[in-house]
Amino acid sequence: MFAPPVVTRNQIKETIFDLLSAIAPEADFARLDPNADMRQALDIDSFDFLNFLIGLDEAIGVEIPEADYGKLVSLNDLLDYLFVHNPPV
Amino acid sequence: MAEFLMPSLGTDMEAGTLVEWMVKPGDKVKRGDIMAIVETVKGVIEVEVFEDGVVTELLVPAGTEVPVGTLLAFIGEKMPAAAAAQAVAMPAGAPQMPAAPPPFSPPTGAAPPAPNGKRLRVSPVARRLAEELGIDLSQVQGTGPHGAVSRADVEAAAAAQAARQAAKPATAPPAAVPLPKPAEPAPTLPPPVETAPRGDVYAGMRRAIAAAMSRANRDIPHYYLETRIDMSRTLTWLEAENLKRPIKERILPAVLLLKAVAKALVAVPDLNGYWIDDQLRPQEAIHIGFAIALRQGGLVTPALHHVDLRSLDELMADLRDLITRTRAGRLRSSELTDATITLTNLGDLGVEKVYGVIYPPQVALVGFGKVVEQVWVEKGMLGIRPALTATLAGDHRATDGRVGGQFLEALNRSLQEPDQLASPA
Repeated sequence: MFAPPVVTRNQIKETIFDLLSAIAPEADFARLDPNADMRQALDIDSFDFLNFLIGLDEAIGVEIPEADYGKLVSLNDLLDYLFVHNPPV
Repeated sequence: MAEFLMPSLGTDMEAGTLVEWMVKPGDKVKRGDIMAIVETVKGVIEVEVFEDGVVTELLVPAGTEVPVGTLLAFIGEKMPAAAAAQAVAMPAGAPQMPAAPPPFSPPTGAAPPAPNGKRLRVSPVARRLAEELGIDLSQVQGTGPHGAVSRADVEAAAAAQAARQAAKPATAPPAAVPLPKPAEPAPTLPPPVETAPRGDVYAGMRRAIAAAMSRANRDIPHYYLETRIDMSRTLTWLEAENLKRPIKERILPAVLLLKAVAKALVAVPDLNGYWIDDQLRPQEAIHIGFAIALRQGGLVTPALHHVDLRSLDELMADLRDLITRTRAGRLRSSELTDATITLTNLGDLGVEKVYGVIYPPQVALVGFGKVVEQVWVEKGMLGIRPALTATLAGDHRATDGRVGGQFLEALNRSLQEPDQLASPA
């Protein structure tokens, strides 16, 4: 028997949008292209981005090393990354 | 006995509303303590005191709008006996003034301030003259149409002020505030107020930026220098350092750039200071104004204090605190007025070079672009390096290109020795 995944892709997405809306309150996530450069689309600077990652770590326990920042351009990149690295509980 | 005045927090600030007193009569204050919260068209500012002493009297009740330069409180060496008894009678620790406003004594020895909330009517000639003569326009009685202040009124006020000063030569000079004289306040960009309608705040900020930048463009003969800096050593060092740290303690590259600028200024101090009265006045303290863009538009350049003396961890905490408070609209008066140089970092936007406009009365502005991989030749070897372009805008009245060049070279050297950046000053 396998335990079902603790966190679904949609739940991760909701967490991401919650955190991002604190940083970019004016953003309309329904219109965010999931394959676009997320930081550019939402005007997120390096300070905001670091805070976003700190929030992600607190919410789902994934600490993203700096070396992986370059892999996380779009929303889909981030979702894939977090889904793979989401620690099983 | 020192006077605590409504400060000028920008070139176009004429009045402010005293929102709340953070002290009460009898309170001991130290230089840098927050005395009051003041709201201007540009935002809510925590106003600090520049002396050590005891608050002897609050002269303006909370909720009052008064012109810049209005006497708000007295700071003495100790409480007068009668006032001390009165202060003790006040409820201890009451954070706000009692419901009944305290006895309001109008400022003495000066003309009555302009009616609350009204714009001062001042002719352009009179305004310029007042700036030159160091006259506080809010204290000048206008005799022109609708009470407008004319050139003659300013001249009369200057004569009266000279007479007053001659009459009381014992007046202690203000504490060593790294500010130019009151008549020429360091122009500052205002923070936002979340509660105010965006339009007003944004318009106020736009006007403040317009005033400061127009003055810079009119008065400062800028020269520009730029240099490409190999960032591989600094970034490699930082990546290794951050790998050792929990995510909450990671340091941003901007912190290393700040520190490198401060180290270069220690080596080339002439770029850290003010141009006042046709003279370069280098400042010992290195307070770097850090340009922070706001989501709703506009920018603020509050100062990070004593950057040369802070560790990287302290600077990261300072930067985090400053950005957070800037975006929440809660800055302190000193942060808006005492930057000795400005740093603008547009790398996040993908810009490769930034040629900045100096913030008067400062004499230099350092700009950083984006780190991009570039073909690099070193010791005859061809390679690819992460590099950024650093620019310097210098005030040619204060320094020449040679000094600017020495600064950029010192900056480059600092960024090749990240271990040195991390070591205590």
